[in-house]
Amino acid sequence: MANFNLKINGKTQQLEVDPTTPILWVLRDHLKLVGTKYGCGISQCGACTIHLGDNAVRSCQLPVSSVGNQEITTIEGLSEHGDHPVQQAWLEEDVYQCGYCQAGQIMNASAFLKKNPNPTDEEIEGAMNGNICRCGTYIRIKKAIKTAANSKTV
Amino acid sequence: MTKIVTHYNRRSFIKVSAAAGGGMLIGFSWLNGCKSNTTEPEVGVAVPKEWFEINGYIKIGDTGMVTIYSPNPEIGQNVRTSMPMIVAEELDVPWENVVVEQAPLNTGWYQNQFAGGSLSIRLSWNALRMAGATGRRMLMEAAAKEWELKVSDLTASEGVIKEINGERTVTYGEIASKAVGIEVPKEVELKGIKDFKLIGTSIKNVDGKKIVTGEPLFGLDFHRDGMQLAMIQHPPAFGMTVKDFNEAEIKSMPGVKDAFIVDTTVEEPGGFDEKGFKQLIAIVGESTWQLMQAKKALKANWETTGELESSDMHVKRLEKALVSGEVLESRRDGNPEAAFKKAAKIIERTYSAPFIAHNTLEPMNFFANVTEDSAELIGPTQTPEALEGSVAKLLNLPLENVTVNMTRIGGGFGRRLYVHFGVEAAAISKKIGGPVKLIYSREDDMTQGTYRPTYRSVYKAGLDENNNLIAFTVKGAGLPEGPVFPNRFPAGAVENYSAEKIKAPTNVTTGAWRAPRSNFTAGAEQAFLDEVAEAAGKDPIDFRLELFDRAIKDPVGEKHEYEPERYAGVLKLVKEKANWGAPKPNVHRGVAAYFCHSTYVAEVFDMIMKNGQPIVEKVWCAVDCGIVVNRDAAKNMIQGGVIDGIGHSMYSQLTFENGAPKQMNFDKYQLIRHSQAPKEIEVFFVENEIDPTGLGEPGLPPAIGALANALYKATGQRHYHQPFVTEKQVVG
Ligand code: FES
Ligand code: FES
Repeated sequence: MANFNLKINGKTQQLEVDPTTPILWVLRDHLKLVGTKYGCGISQCGACTIHLGDNAVRSCQLPVSSVGNQEITTIEGLSEHGDHPVQQAWLEEDVYQCGYCQAGQIMNASAFLKKNPNPTDEEIEGAMNGNICRCGTYIRIKKAIKTAANSKTV
Repeated sequence: MTKIVTHYNRRSFIKVSAAAGGGMLIGFSWLNGCKSNTTEPEVGVAVPKEWFEINGYIKIGDTGMVTIYSPNPEIGQNVRTSMPMIVAEELDVPWENVVVEQAPLNTGWYQNQFAGGSLSIRLSWNALRMAGATGRRMLMEAAAKEWELKVSDLTASEGVIKEINGERTVTYGEIASKAVGIEVPKEVELKGIKDFKLIGTSIKNVDGKKIVTGEPLFGLDFHRDGMQLAMIQHPPAFGMTVKDFNEAEIKSMPGVKDAFIVDTTVEEPGGFDEKGFKQLIAIVGESTWQLMQAKKALKANWETTGELESSDMHVKRLEKALVSGEVLESRRDGNPEAAFKKAAKIIERTYSAPFIAHNTLEPMNFFANVTEDSAELIGPTQTPEALEGSVAKLLNLPLENVTVNMTRIGGGFGRRLYVHFGVEAAAISKKIGGPVKLIYSREDDMTQGTYRPTYRSVYKAGLDENNNLIAFTVKGAGLPEGPVFPNRFPAGAVENYSAEKIKAPTNVTTGAWRAPRSNFTAGAEQAFLDEVAEAAGKDPIDFRLELFDRAIKDPVGEKHEYEPERYAGVLKLVKEKANWGAPKPNVHRGVAAYFCHSTYVAEVFDMIMKNGQPIVEKVWCAVDCGIVVNRDAAKNMIQGGVIDGIGHSMYSQLTFENGAPKQMNFDKYQLIRHSQAPKEIEVFFVENEIDPTGLGEPGLPPAIGALANALYKATGQRHYHQPFVTEKQVVG
């Protein structure tokens, strides 16, 4: 057990936890931020994607001890009112089916668009390939990413 | 005008009372089979136990806001949006004034919920229309009474009642409280299909905002203060059971509260009690990560009690079954053997597919709180009644002391029809004497069983010298159930026909997987017909249309389970939309059509080769699912089905060695990803006035046939064995 001060969604959270615990379980079990999902635990599905600083990372493989001072953003903190351009685009395209993968998809897409505001289809596929959607909403996800890119406010 | 009864015998499907806070509350049986113009249930349809149970509510508040409380959990088929649309249509209120609410947990309001599925719209269509129409009628009667007029002197539309020959108007909200005293009419008139304003449009998912903001909707997200977490370890192979494990060591690990073996055997198991393993090691603690570490430290003694099967063994069993296995169902028209003797050309091909897992992205999980005399369960299930029954049996509790509430479901595909994970949570809760949430790891989930069976079918066709199809036979074997529907197409369209469905044993557990059996049969049959059409020198669509023509004009044999006109209808529609027959350079086309879950779907695939890899550029789908309720959501379902069909037939498989699946997580088990999905899928619906049918499943099966046929055009090789990607011509 060790003490950590984590910066999550703009707030500092203090907790005592096994230092090997991945951020995914710190969020879900210890902080009750369950928007970040568990799908595989081995960096294969992307359901657990969060932002570490400006980068999209897999929280299932990110030990709490490795985070240090870096700012963590989860789906709950992506925008104050659920109106981040990527979230709005998702609503606009009515993307989801079961919805389970979508927090991870949105977190990955929003980090990607920040770095590449005008992506080609191939760049989108490359960036998003690590995020599985078992329901097969891929075409809508891609469309929503383009809608968000065109909204110019990313 | 269609009329619909609101009563069955003397009992009403509808209850009306005053709503708390003002207005009118209409309670009704969301899921029932009441039919228009009849007081009897449809012949052959068992009257569900919940026939008279009130489990859906419409609240018409005095502000005019209408709240529809839906008992249906959402599994991804958008029923929480499309079903309330049906109510709102008949009630005739603007959608902006409608709020859809899920049953609040533990209120006791809702019983016998039933999850979405291709069946749910079919079952609920009449009930939902009746409830909405009854509300509208009662509001009109209340207004008529107020104004001392007849109902026929009024109109009701968009939440407002108007006098036809006068100036007076009243909103639903203003009159709702007065409608409470009106007697429920014995029968009500439904809208004409042509008058629909909402049904057939595209309404956005009512839970969209919650999904994109990460609200706790799913079973895995459920939390109650004081609850423990639990994980299980099942034996590593089918044919093994647990003897003992290093209990003391595990219990002393950090964060572990308890560890023990649970037995979830129930007497007289029901149809949804299927499960891989009945005795499991359970570990209980406070954090998932610590439980995962404890699982890694497990040293268990497993006992081999059955055969440890391998994939080689499975293939041999299927081959043997095709020669001498037990036939479960069959059909025979004419004399195929004699016809083959006369045939100018004979084509015979074997198709196969492996076991596959459901792999819902949300792994199995359930919350349970078992006390001395009650059990409360909350989580993602499609069959709450089956779970209730199973838990009651396991814990020896009266049924009424077991309650099940449902959360949003992170993918079903048939997996959450089976109740074992809820039963396991109950067994663990009983042992520790407190609330617990059971969580499966991905590996637990993928290796537990309940798989889509592995299949192998042999198709044979005979053409005469004029290239007419004179004989067609199919033999299909599966572990444990064969993938043949003897009375489906091309039954009825070929003079000499036989079909045999054959079973073979396995101790790997299997279950319903999105479009059961059709998910294999469609691909095999439609790829085979493509090859037969080619041998006959005919266009694949024309060849099929000729067969449907035969089934329409002069059907062979007793009965067949499809309407050839509707089948041909979707093929013609897709032919037109895809501009079939106009060649495009470097684009390779495949077509297929299939009928299942009362819905007809035809698909055309355009494939290109890019760096030696086949890529599906574009897909056209023509769908006949009767009346389309929520257009864009319906498209979403079909698109998902197509992508699922491509994904599983192209990439996914479970292989076995010593009784254990070799793929345990997404590193080895390949699911389709962004870059492998088609670039575009267009969906067209046949416009008709037939009651709506399933949409969750029928998009998938024909995709496999269209894919196989496009692959042939692109690579020059036929593909017979799934997953296609392992057939070297694709990889190379
Ligand atoms: S849970 Fe982290 S990538 Fe799947
Ligand atoms: S919407 Fe169900 S997994 Fe993506």
